[in-house]
Amino acid sequence: MNASYDLHLFLFGIYPYLCLAVLLLGSLVRFDREPYTWKSDSSQMLRAGQLRIGSNLFHYGILVVVIGHFLGFLAPHWAVDWALDPAQHQLLAMVGGGIAGLVAIIGLSILIYRRLGDPRIRRNSRKWDISIVLMLWLQLLLGLVTVPLSAQHMDGAMFELLTDYVKGIVTFKSGVAALLVNVPWVYRLHILLGFTIFLVSPFTRMVHIWSGAGVLAYLFRPYQLVRTRKRAVRA
Amino acid sequence: MKIRAQIAMVLNLDKCIGCHTCSVTCKNVWTSRKGMEYAWFNNVETKPGIGYPKDWENQERWRGGWERKPDGRLVPKQGGRFAVLAKIFANPHLPEIDDYYEPFTFDYENLQTAPELPTAPVARPISLISGRTMDKVEWGPNWEEILGGEFDKRSADYNFEAVQKDIYGQFENTFMMYLPRLCEHCLNPTCVASCPSGSIYKREEDGIVLIDQDKCRGWRMCVSGCPYKKIYYNWTTGKAEKCTFCYPRIEAGMPTVCSETCVGRIRYLGVLLYDADRIAEAASAENPQDLYQAQLDVFLDPNDPEVQRQARADGVPEAWLEAARRSPTYKMAVEWKIAFPLHPEYRTLPMVWYVPPLSPIQAHANAGAIESSGGLPDVDSLRIPVRYLANLLTAGNEAPVVSALKRMLAMRAWFRARQLGETQDAALLEQVGLDAATAEDMHRYLAIANYEDRFVIPTAHREEAENAYALRGGCGFSFGNGCDGVEARSSLFGGRMGRRKVIPIRMLDED
Repeated sequence: MNASYDLHLFLFGIYPYLCLAVLLLGSLVRFDREPYTWKSDSSQMLRAGQLRIGSNLFHYGILVVVIGHFLGFLAPHWAVDWALDPAQHQLLAMVGGGIAGLVAIIGLSILIYRRLGDPRIRRNSRKWDISIVLMLWLQLLLGLVTVPLSAQHMDGAMFELLTDYVKGIVTFKSGVAALLVNVPWVYRLHILLGFTIFLVSPFTRMVHIWSGAGVLAYLFRPYQLVRTRKRAVRA
Repeated sequence: MKIRAQIAMVLNLDKCIGCHTCSVTCKNVWTSRKGMEYAWFNNVETKPGIGYPKDWENQERWRGGWERKPDGRLVPKQGGRFAVLAKIFANPHLPEIDDYYEPFTFDYENLQTAPELPTAPVARPISLISGRTMDKVEWGPNWEEILGGEFDKRSADYNFEAVQKDIYGQFENTFMMYLPRLCEHCLNPTCVASCPSGSIYKREEDGIVLIDQDKCRGWRMCVSGCPYKKIYYNWTTGKAEKCTFCYPRIEAGMPTVCSETCVGRIRYLGVLLYDADRIAEAASAENPQDLYQAQLDVFLDPNDPEVQRQARADGVPEAWLEAARRSPTYKMAVEWKIAFPLHPEYRTLPMVWYVPPLSPIQAHANAGAIESSGGLPDVDSLRIPVRYLANLLTAGNEAPVVSALKRMLAMRAWFRARQLGETQDAALLEQVGLDAATAEDMHRYLAIANYEDRFVIPTAHREEAENAYALRGGCGFSFGNGCDGVEARSSLFGGRMGRRKVIPIRMLDED
């Protein structure tokens, strides 16, 4: 076919796998080889001020958004269909995701203002610290723009199409890229930027998301930890 | 009973001269790095004062230490596990760097390069965080040195609780003491309990509390969890750091750097045996004033054959049992009861203990009206109010502090009489529960304070920990990815945060 369709196939059929592979392998290699660089990199100590409201809004908002994406796109049909028809499912995603996304982008805007505006934070930011927050901000904006766009077709068909695409990607179905050919560019840009964020994550502070899931182990461990240096010495 | 050993420290505040040698040598060894300029694993505060970081003793503000629930459960004061995780995005109790102080250097270069001016050139302070010139240095690591600043501000000191503090603002009644502080290497540390990553741990062999730098994710809940504010967030590396009790030295049988370099010989290091099974019970004593005694009860008598037998069964090496029998910290804390834990009411069971300082007799007492009993001046006529010391060391319980001060006064009087060739009256010692042999011992440890009496440190059994053959050619203590070290400017996964403004060193011209 033509060159633009080839590009489309690459961007939506192959690129996602490159990104996911780098995300998984990159994170694993970094965790194994450079554990000292693995951290949340908080700047709260340098300036608390706006961080408290900004960080809480952003993180709680984005948690809802991300978990919503996972559940909405990856939950199998039988788990959803008994409760919601596609139109209701779409409405839930638009309202829930819209509110959470709004909360997150307000929080992130505060954080960006602080990161760029406060000389202490600005000077102690790496290029990637700034790039990643700008990417996230753009991604949230694109996501929010899809809400009014989706409101123009409330039948749930587009929603089903996107769900099939994401499910196809994670289940290694061939030809899923073709599903997106006629999808508006906002959705496609949102998908591309999303995978790009996956791609760069292992090289940025984003790795702390893995640890964020890991800290749930804290809920089940005893308060006190004692380590011994004694190993079982073999004779 | 589960017996473990810990190298505990005692500081004899009676002899601290506030020279800061401990702080400076510690800084040179451990924290002279970017991101840690503001951090002093060991610092010396002038009391009364609000300390470093500002107001650290105010746990209603910082929420450090433990809280005893009505049902007897202990929960970190900053919240249980769910509450800690809920605060992970922004810790509401985290001190800002300005609560310590904004680290700074001076623009020394200007002194060399300034053109001819009507006035002398000045080296203006430059923030090490923002790199900008600072109008004014607002606070420093030891801002209240020797009662610096107004009494109004210093008297916010938490230890004035139940003390009529107003009169101590008057010149005639003023008092001061030094308080060197480091990590307490607690038996029941809140930092460990607050760490969502589980990166902080206590070592079974010697009780040292360390942060696994590779496991720390910078959630910074330990900083607020520690009531002594002795965990520091490295704002460059994004990791928490703390006093290591100089563990590489301790393992080799050497005292910590702060102890080694103490010119006043005020620091003591020795083994304490404790019953790990009784920690939780001791830490949850209902009345905070019972916590001092409760912690004493956790310590075990190293001369008791039953304790020795159990200790051997629990894997305490023979050399450690021998060291426990000669331990200066055991003598001072348990036998003579002249050393006390710092703020036991935080319920962390700290393992750095303090001998309270004696202080001059009030002038009016000297002028003939000395309140004395049995040849000893009344401790209430000492300049430092007993209640103040009790607030610091025994959660406000004055009796143990009074007893310790009296014992020290009696020991002094006993040796003063000998020095002056007067008759030594055994009744002087008996009234404070001492005998001549104990007084001799106390004199040997407190006044003479020989190196080998102060530091009784058994070496670690490294052969139990690792295969020494594999250590050949190793890189020892390092940051980062093993031998890759810290020197690399950056790696694939992001380098170090920011860049320090380096003041260039210029070579002087040869001619």
